[in-house]
Amino acid sequence: MAREFKPQIVTANDLLMGDVVYLTRAGGWSRRHEDAHVAVSAEQAQTMLAHASAQQERIVGAYLADVSLDESETPHPVHFREVFRTRGPSNYFHGKQAEG
Amino acid sequence: MYAYNEFDEAFVRERVRQFRGQVEKRIDGSLTEDEFKPLRLMNGLYLQLHAYMLRVAIPYGTLDSRKMRQLAMIAEKWDKGYGHLTTRQNIQFNWPKLKDVPEMLEALADVGMHAIQTSGNCVRNVTADHFAGAAADEIEDPRPTAELIRQWSTDHPEFQFLPRKFKIAITGAPNDRAVTKAHDIGIRMVRGGAGEPGYEIIVGGGLGRSPFIGKVLREFLPKAHLLPYLEAILQVYNLSGRRDNKYKARIKILVHETGLEEIRDAVEATFERVLEEFEFPSDLLTAEIAGHFEPPEFDNTQTLAFGEALEADPVLRAFVETNVAEHKNPAYGIVTISTKPVGGTPGDVTAGQMRVIADLAERYGHDEIRISHEQNAVLPHVRKADIPTVHAALKAVGLATANVGLVSDIIACPGMDYCALATARSIPVAQEISERFHALKLEHEIGELKIKISGCINACGHHHVGHIGILGLDKAGVENYQVTLGGDATETMALGERAGPGFAADELIPALERLILAYLQLRHSREETFLAAYRRLGAEPFQAALYPEKERHAA
Repeated sequence: MAREFKPQIVTANDLLMGDVVYLTRAGGWSRRHEDAHVAVSAEQAQTMLAHASAQQERIVGAYLADVSLDESETPHPVHFREVFRTRGPSNYFHGKQAEG
Repeated sequence: MYAYNEFDEAFVRERVRQFRGQVEKRIDGSLTEDEFKPLRLMNGLYLQLHAYMLRVAIPYGTLDSRKMRQLAMIAEKWDKGYGHLTTRQNIQFNWPKLKDVPEMLEALADVGMHAIQTSGNCVRNVTADHFAGAAADEIEDPRPTAELIRQWSTDHPEFQFLPRKFKIAITGAPNDRAVTKAHDIGIRMVRGGAGEPGYEIIVGGGLGRSPFIGKVLREFLPKAHLLPYLEAILQVYNLSGRRDNKYKARIKILVHETGLEEIRDAVEATFERVLEEFEFPSDLLTAEIAGHFEPPEFDNTQTLAFGEALEADPVLRAFVETNVAEHKNPAYGIVTISTKPVGGTPGDVTAGQMRVIADLAERYGHDEIRISHEQNAVLPHVRKADIPTVHAALKAVGLATANVGLVSDIIACPGMDYCALATARSIPVAQEISERFHALKLEHEIGELKIKISGCINACGHHHVGHIGILGLDKAGVENYQVTLGGDATETMALGERAGPGFAADELIPALERLILAYLQLRHSREETFLAAYRRLGAEPFQAALYPEKERHAA
């Protein structure tokens, strides 16, 4: 039996700035995790990843990351690495946490 | 200080020009990331967790005030006002933007610096004893040799696509401060039968996933044979090193799997052939390079003022005790500038601090600065009479922490706060250890203790050779820290032994506190360091302190 699919989003780094971006429902990119479009099936996730990876002129290194959904269906990162990527480093107030 | 000749200058400028074109082509879409990545890595540009990172080589850890001021300018203009000193005597900028990188490289070229071969499967920045040219225990300054190796290995046409990266370290002193036995090739200056200086060649050391202590390949190599011999080692490695598995591709694995004797035979046979054909103008270059490393004109006048200042100022006295090492000239001291204030990030230096270091080097230090693999800065030649002034100036900018060699003088890799490869964070662990032991007021009581932290098994934080090593891992989605004990980075190198199961982040600091307090109880006297006590007693009493629960269950 196929493994139960966990919701996923597509994330990458911006080509010019190098910072973390998320694939949105419109097929563009946002710097905010809550804007990420959530795939609800493995097929959808692969389609989104292929769409994202084709955008070589915008981003680098797209991949799928697991998320959990709250009551309002907003995605939240599951793994601590992805949590850090939504914030920035812990030793200075730099990165996303400083950009609001 | 080595100064670029016309050839070096033209080469570095040409590389900047090429890279500028490559960046433009990447941005306009004519290069894909797969095509661009090897090109950017060749120029030291990584893509990390939150941003790009530019790794700049500080060859054999040597800088002068002009270079340091330029690094400060770069940090302010294109980064966030600081740089990070690494365990391979590089400096990393954590926040560059892609389009700015060619400008940054141009600014580096303006002062004879570059980021070439700080990444990729080539010969990396050659590292050296950070006390080179100043140490009292030195046979010869190893930096002219390091510079010769840099020139030979930079853009070497045969060795740009080795099976894996290749790291060389050199020391001119019997006390190994350059971790030579944990490098692909370690070079130690030794004396031959007639007292002439030559090299002991060590091969196949390395940390990372499979740690190995380097083995002596040649006990004595005459100086003139160095480059042909290195060429022979690299040729053997290039042909026989494994390319089928990234994790088995370093020369340490080749040496381990093939056996030292067989590798030695292959290298010696290759060496004979290389020696006949070798065309690199080593002799000419050696003479030219040596001129750049003439020792400064030391001022030998000794004064009583230094002793009086020490008497009068206990803070200065503590600083001198830990941070000033013996210089070959008795009127001088080697001043280590700790980048590890209480709660700070090991290796981080602000632009303002860089300028103060540059000013002090220029005024009081014969314009020499070193970066150590322990992520500190060093003023190698300071007159003892000037140390009180230098100390006061360092204190004013938070650079006078008297902790070199102590529990808070921690090596920590950037870990998951920056690094894309990391499996856990390192920096917060270092910060918490330093804060905790500062609060306990035990640091000086504990004495010499080397804690080294890596945020993944690649071991940039040298955890295997820490007296206490800490390895951050991802254990089922939670940060978890393994502790190793008894490692040693010096000429008596030892790999630490894993103490037991890992600790959750919130359990780690209390466990380390129990461990170190137990050491204070176990040691014979203040003279017996943590490492010496561990060697005398073995792991058991230290494990008992780390895992008291287990003890109780066993009882």
